[in-house]
Parts: sequence; structure tokens; C-alpha cells
Amino acid sequence: MMNLTLKIWRQANTTSKGEMVTYPIENVSPDMSFLEMMDVLNEQLINKGIDPVAFDHDCREGICGMCSMYINGEAHGPDRLVTTCQLHMRKFKDGETITIEPFRANAFPVVKDLAVDRSAFDRIQHAGGFVSVNTSGNTQDANNIPIDKHDADKAFDAATCIGCGACVASCKNASAMLFVSAKVSQYALLPQGKIEATDRVLNMVKQMDDEGFGNCTNTGACEVECPKGISLENIARMNREYLFATAKG
Amino acid sequence: MASLDSKIPKGPLSDKWTNHKSHINLVSPANKRLIDIIVVGTGLAGASASATLAELGYNVKAFCFQDSPRRAHSIAAQGGINAAKNYQGDGDSTYRLFYDTVKGGDYRSRESNVHRLAEVSTNIIDQCVAQGVPFARDYGGLLDNRSFGGVLVSRTFYAKGQTGQQLLLGAYSAMNRQIGRGKIKMYNRHEMMDLVLVDGKARGIIARNLVTGQVERHGAHAVVVASGGYGNVFFLSTNAMGSNVSAGWKIHQKGAHFANPCFTQIHPTCIPVSGDHQSKLTLMSESLRNDGRIWVPKKIEDVKAIRDGKLSPTQLKEEDRDYYLERRYPAFGNLVPRDVASRAAKERCDAGFGVNATGEAVYLDFAAAITRYGKEQAHVKGLDENDAVLVKKLGQDVVRSKYGNLFQMYEKIVDQNPYETPMMIYPAVHYTMGGVWVDYNLMTSIPGCYAIGEANFSDHGANRLGASALMQGLADGYFVLPYTIGDYLSDDIRTGSIATDSPEFDVAEKAVLDKISLFLNNKGEYSVDYYHKKLGKIMWDKCGMSRNAEGLKEAMADIKALREDFYKNVNVPGTDTEFNEQLAKAGRVADFLELGELFAKDALERSESCGGHFREESQTPEGEAMRDDENFTFVSAWEYKGEPADAVLHKEELNYEEIEVKTRSYK
Repeated sequence: MMNLTLKIWRQANTTSKGEMVTYPIENVSPDMSFLEMMDVLNEQLINKGIDPVAFDHDCREGICGMCSMYINGEAHGPDRLVTTCQLHMRKFKDGETITIEPFRANAFPVVKDLAVDRSAFDRIQHAGGFVSVNTSGNTQDANNIPIDKHDADKAFDAATCIGCGACVASCKNASAMLFVSAKVSQYALLPQGKIEATDRVLNMVKQMDDEGFGNCTNTGACEVECPKGISLENIARMNREYLFATAKG
Repeated sequence: MASLDSKIPKGPLSDKWTNHKSHINLVSPANKRLIDIIVVGTGLAGASASATLAELGYNVKAFCFQDSPRRAHSIAAQGGINAAKNYQGDGDSTYRLFYDTVKGGDYRSRESNVHRLAEVSTNIIDQCVAQGVPFARDYGGLLDNRSFGGVLVSRTFYAKGQTGQQLLLGAYSAMNRQIGRGKIKMYNRHEMMDLVLVDGKARGIIARNLVTGQVERHGAHAVVVASGGYGNVFFLSTNAMGSNVSAGWKIHQKGAHFANPCFTQIHPTCIPVSGDHQSKLTLMSESLRNDGRIWVPKKIEDVKAIRDGKLSPTQLKEEDRDYYLERRYPAFGNLVPRDVASRAAKERCDAGFGVNATGEAVYLDFAAAITRYGKEQAHVKGLDENDAVLVKKLGQDVVRSKYGNLFQMYEKIVDQNPYETPMMIYPAVHYTMGGVWVDYNLMTSIPGCYAIGEANFSDHGANRLGASALMQGLADGYFVLPYTIGDYLSDDIRTGSIATDSPEFDVAEKAVLDKISLFLNNKGEYSVDYYHKKLGKIMWDKCGMSRNAEGLKEAMADIKALREDFYKNVNVPGTDTEFNEQLAKAGRVADFLELGELFAKDALERSESCGGHFREESQTPEGEAMRDDENFTFVSAWEYKGEPADAVLHKEELNYEEIEVKTRSYK
């Protein structure tokens, strides 16, 4: 069992001023997930009449992309290839002080405490994150479109992005290039997506810029912190797609 | 009282859907623009329905409590999606998928709905591929398949262990296209608080903005509930933390019958509970049973040694292991259906053979598969098949490519390497076959109110087969509801938009506001989670994998008492004008506290064993579930009468024309 000191960002709503508040917590089991530790803290706060800490979370299996804490200076904390919900307390030491902040970016305003508004990501997808095919069911047989296994696997790897925003939170420019390039790449690698490739990349990049995300300066922090290991290659592929699209006009 | 007419079309089973589609009323494209539809929930069913209805021209308002529709819990489905494509040429057909699903459901599902599901299954795969869903492929570039429990063919399409994610992102992308066109208006971080009826028809909802706390009125010509299952009534389940029954329960309170609440799936392969702090359980996909072998030690002294850390499972000799599924069910082995596998694990653990400290875990072992794949790879590559180190490495690579993300998830949670030592697993609540009663058109007993996906009851009977939930969600949303809803809405083309300043909306909104202020002003002693955990314990102990009359009666009384205490002593902090998770959760737990009692009542009423519902009073001498077809071949549809104990039972008799009802055997 461990005793820890938590320094947590508290902010009542989007417009109010926030501050770091310190809470001690005792008897933390190393087998707890990070969010289970937060549950224990909140239960204690409620029983003391203190407003519990708001944080986003849902599936707690690392796939929904809802949890979004910036722990000790890293998106989703010190472990690699995990979301906060899959981070376990065995990664911390007894007596340690843990700093917990929200994912920070101009395009991700704080909703409350550690919860942020990532709807900018949705709006980028509205601009082109799809194949324009109606859901009539009257398409051709699925096996009429054979796809090279390597391309299919790469498209899959890009498609595993969970839209959590760790890439943005980790980037010193708050760039969303890794997120956007993952979707652009998935479709660019598949014959179904090629038809609209030009419009897609132009529209999605425009929306990304309009949302106020920063530029990419290739530092690669996004790739390091990405819980799904989305590769920087995707950014290179998107840049090629974008160049091709602008050249084509 | 609403009637219980299932509206199954006449004619031969295989022609029903085609004929029905050809004869129901349509709404013209010009008139669709005049009609509004509300969809609550954006999982596979809700997202696919929203996208398709918007493509057809209806104005859709979609609601989800998460911060984005992409986060609905369908995203966590791992293993795959069934379709009767017969790409493997192993004898699959629409009929066989239909048959397997009815049999797997232990003959408690509606034959006509299941046949339709099997018919449209192939369209789903075509549709998803056209959308760019990256399914697994073989080296020839064609789609790959695997096998799931309860069947003897390989009809499951998959995308590693993230099939639900890829399918949901596909449906989400179809939604995005319509959101971009303005045909879907998306309400993120909103919760449906109540259904509004005008002249007996569903005409809108009261919703609450979870960020600002604002209570809102939304009118529509029809309301579709696609809010998923109610497994979280057990507190611990594989559901997401926010998954809840509230949308389904609210429409139940307004007149929609609730069907078969006791039909719950306890999934055999989940990561065991680690301690009191546990907030949820994590599934290890059933697909792992393609390659994993389930066992416990044969000798109790080995069990003790393992628990004491004196013996490692890899040291145990083959002859000292009890592969109990292979022993009891030689025909299906490790791929028996989920209910059978779960009970078998419980039987071994109850007998004292559980392999972890709590005594509630069995092994899922990949050593044999790693060797098998490794030898195959060595052969293909012309390498030495007898080089154990090489074979192990090659085999691990194959297993990694198939299940890599699942193995990684296991390692992160348990802190053991499943490539080297067997996984430990135990059954956990996973899916609810029961749900809101619907007719063949997926309409509930409230006109204009529909329920689709896991939220309804119709397709899985008393037990769902693996990889069928994704199939049903997308079938309902893409290919069934968009047709059947038109038949109802064709009467609404002259109605005009639904006003929300009517007395009906006033009354519904006031009730919602009163409930919120009741919670916030209660200032009780215990948190919402305190009650949720207590409810979960009653449910697991008395309504779990094994049930009896005495326990169920106790459960009903215990839950009622807990509910009364909840309203007296719950403590909900904060205000109603801020992001207040505790307040949202209080409303959800209040509904679980009613559903739980109805669940126990339904389980008590059904004194047979069938599928996931095992009544100790009804078993064979070998301990297998024993159905009572003479007295229980019906759907229990409960009508709301206030207290759950007063709910009135309506029976929909199930008639099987195409299938001979037999004892389900996987031996």
C-alpha cells in the first residue's frame, strides 16, 4: 500500500480561473488503475463535503478515448502505449507527489477540472473523415475489392486512433497533425477512399487550421505519447497527399 | 393498456422480410424533409440508424452522454461480427446462421426477427467494406474469417481485437458526413431524462445538457432508443462506466413493456477481480478461445501450491491438467457458447479449483497454439521445426498478430506476460439479451417509440452467441429500422413540426426538474456509488450465474429496501448548473434500483433454466440447464405499474415453424 500526494488542477468551468490544489491520499493499492485511485479520492472528497474532481472517462479499457489526464508532465502518464484508465498505480512509488492537469491546448477549452472539450476533433471529421457511400446495403460484394494485405494492415494501424487528443496535449505547438493524418492515411491507403482523397485532405486540413491547432515542427512528441502507437509516417503521408492535392488544384 | 401484437408478417419465413419491405408504406423524399426523428445513443445501432435516416432525408437529432458519438461502448467490442457470407466454403448459409442463433439463444428468441438478421448480415460486410472499414485480410487481399463459440463454421469477420472500434468508427464516419450536411444535429454530453407522449404517441424527449445543467425540450415525430444494455445494474461488468438503463427505463415507465430482464450474459473470459477498489471488469475476447485452452489443475494440492506461489502453472504436466471444457463437451470443446463456458468455470471454482488468491479464476493457455503456429511458420519458411526456441518465437509472432492488443491489455492490467504464462480469467457480466419489448418493426408498445440494438430484446433469446451483437446493432440501424419506421411515419406527413410548448412537455419537464432538486436537496449520508455497489452485490450474489427461488425473493426485498434507503440517505454534491457527474449518476442508479427488482421478479417467475438464466431447481443430473418448453416458451413482457413488484406480466408465445425445438447439446 502506498501513500501519495496529489496536486490536481481545479477549475469550476471554462471561463473561471483555475489553480492547483493539493490532496493527500492513503492506502493506494498498486493494483488499482489510476482512475480507480481517482474514484477513491472522490469518494473521500464527497464524504468530506468537498466537490469531487471532474474527469472524463468511460470504457476504462483503453479504447473509447475519453480519459485525458496530463500526469507528471506526460499525456496519460509515465507508462507507454496506454491511456490513463490503463495506467496502474504500480508505476508510482510510495510517498511520491503526482501532478495531474487537463490536456492543455487552445483548441481544447477546459469544461471543468480535468475534463476538456475536444469537439474540434469531431468538426475536423465532419469536414471529410468519411467515404461518401450511402448505407443502402446495395454496394458490391465485399470481396470484389481485394486489398493488398500490407496496405490493409497499414490502414488498420492508422484507423486504431482513439481520438483522445494526447498528441495535441504532448505537442509544444498543440498541433493536431497526428490525429488528422491518421484518418487521412487510413482512407488514402484504401481504394474506397482514393476517389475523394483530394477534397478530403484539403477540407480536413482547413478545418484543423480553423480550429486553432498549431503547426507541426516534427519533434515527434505526439508519437511517443500516443497510447495507440500511431506512427509519424502518417504525417509524412498526409503531407504528400496535401502537396499532391494543392498541386492538382 | 398497450397490446402485445408482434406484427410478424404472414407467409413463409424466408420471404417475410422481402414481402414486408415491398408492402409497407413509404414516405416521399419531399415529405421526409418535414419529419424529425430523435435517436438516443450513438453506438452501432444508434449511429447507423442516425446516418441512414439522415441519408434518406429525415431530420435527425442524435444524443449521446459522452463527449463524442465515437465513444459509445460499441467501441470496446473486440472479437468480430458474424455474417453468412460462406467465403470459407465451409457450409455456411443464411439458414445456418439463423439456426445457430436460435439454438444458441436456447429457443427463446423470435424466429422471424432472427431470420431477418441472418438475411441482412451479408449486406453489413459489403457496406462496411465500402465505407473503408479495415477488416483483417489474407495475403490474397480477400477478407479473413475466424470462428466463435457455439458454431461449427468460420463466419466471423474481424479487425484484430478491435472490431467494434472499426465498425463504430465506420458508422461514426457515416454520421459525420450527415452532420457536415446538416442532416444530423448532434447533441454531445446530453442525457435523455424522459419521453414525452402527446395523444399516446412518442413526440419528443426532455434532455439535459450535462455541461451546463440546462434542461431542454426536443420535439420529434418519432423517438428511437438505442441506448445499449443494462449490465451495470451489477455495478461490476464489462460495460463502460456511463452505460445505463435510463433511456429504456424511462420509456418503460411511460408504457413500453420491458422484456426478459433476467436474460443476462455472463461472459466466461474476463480478467478476474483484483480487489475492493475494482470499478469495472475487462473482457478478454471470445476469439481467444479459438486458440486458447481452458484448464484448472486436476489435483487440489496443485491448486494450493499455485495459490501459495510454490508452483507455476507452466510447470504442471499435461496429465495433471483438467481441460474441463474439452472433457465435458468434446464436440465444441473450448468453443462452447458463453453461458455453458461460464457455468463450467463456476463449477470448477466452486469445487475449490480456482487458481488465484480469491479462488475465482481459471487458466486460458496459449502454449499449444504458440507451438502449433510456430511449427507451421517454420515449415513455411523452410526452417527447423524441432528448434523449440525458434518455434516458440515464430508462434508468438503469429499470436501477436492475431491478438496483440488483447495480450498487451492483459499485461498492463495484471502485470504478467501472457505469452509466457497462461492468462487467468473468470466470468463477468457482459451483455443483456433482455430489453425493451419491440414488435417485428422494432416499435415498442408506445406508438412512434422504437428500440434498437442491445436496448431491445428480440434476437438473442436467452443467450447471445459471440460476434452477434455487432451484427444486430448494425442490422437494426442500417437495414431494418430505416424501412420499418417509414411505415409509421407515412401517417405523419401532414402533422407539421412538433411544438414543445404543450402541457405534455410542461408536465414532463417539471417532473425532471423536481427529481433533480430532490437529489440535490437530500443532503444524505452516503454517496451514489455506495448504493450502486450494494445493489451490484445483491445482483451478483442472488441473480448471477446461478439463481434459486429463495434467493430471488430475498433479492426483491433487499433491492426494494435499498431503493427506499437511497431516496432517504443519498448524498449528491454540487449544483444543477454545472458539470456534475454525481448528479447524472444519481439518476442512473435510481433507475437501476427499480430495474434490479424487476430483474429478480422476472427470474423468479421463470422457474426453468434456459441460456444464461440458470435456476438451480431446473437442472439435469449432470448439472446441465434444463428448459421447460411446455410452460415457458414465451417472452416475458412486463408492464409498468409503479412499484416493480406490481409489474404485470404479458406473454408473447414463441412459435417455431422452421426449427425443431430440441435440447441444446454441445457434447
